[in-house]
Amino acid sequence: MHIPDGFLDTKTWVSLYLVSAGAIGISVNRANRQMEDKRIPLMGVMAAFVFVAQMLNFPVAGGTSGHFVGAAFIAILLGPWAALLVITSILLVQCLLFQDGGLTALGANIFNMGIVGGFIGFYSYLGISYLFPKKGLLAAAFLAGFLSVLTSATACALELAFSGTVPLMPGLIAISFVHTPIGLGEGLINIGAILFLQKTRPDLLELDRM
Amino acid sequence: MPNKASWPFWLLIGILILLTPFASELPDGLERVAHDLGFMKQDKTGAIISSPLADYSISGLAKNKLSTALACVVGVVLVFLISCSIAKWRSL
Repeated sequence: MHIPDGFLDTKTWVSLYLVSAGAIGISVNRANRQMEDKRIPLMGVMAAFVFVAQMLNFPVAGGTSGHFVGAAFIAILLGPWAALLVITSILLVQCLLFQDGGLTALGANIFNMGIVGGFIGFYSYLGISYLFPKKGLLAAAFLAGFLSVLTSATACALELAFSGTVPLMPGLIAISFVHTPIGLGEGLINIGAILFLQKTRPDLLELDRM
Repeated sequence: MPNKASWPFWLLIGILILLTPFASELPDGLERVAHDLGFMKQDKTGAIISSPLADYSISGLAKNKLSTALACVVGVVLVFLISCSIAKWRSL
């Protein structure tokens, strides 16, 4: 769901650049104050993992593919502010080096995946694991992934409508419809990633989050 | 402390890099909608900057499985370095 150049009008992409820049500023500030130095390489490894996972498009129905976004997964492990930094670094490299996602749309893409996806993923995970404290971990990770992709896609549809690129209702319906199976894939990969951590590094599921 | 090792991640990342050349090349969710609703032609990406690694392949090399995997390795290294340095922005 990386928005290319040309889909958003100037008022929309400039506003989203400002919002994202502000949020990244808060996030860097928090990282400088709260994140222990020994945690930083871990965040880097997680970012590297999510970057590669984002390249692995899987086919979904109707001649369409989807890929893991990873914002909810990082937010579950390290917290939503750390997830914003991780997603921002990935989107920067994708945009500048691989021309995946437009330069003018970078702020919007950071907003949709890093801010909306990360915070919705994080708080839906917290909510579900609060309701089902015993065995809810994997279910919470699944739903957090699903909801984060759906809300990122919804934000994207709203921006396209604000830009006058596509009318609101047809755009919203088409984008949510196509991202439903992609969101289910995101949830399943979250489960796989959490199971991998439980086997290899269960300590990482108990970190302080930022 | 063996339980603090990070090698399982790097091993997993290595395996995933080898899988990237086999990823689906079908349009993604947003591209599909843009085709179906007729605004794909508005895509102007690449008009402002042009990168030698555009579209996850290396210009000068044919777009094949090796160049996709190599482009991915470059991306992994950069993402690792940028995310580490962004977290310590002020102390750099």
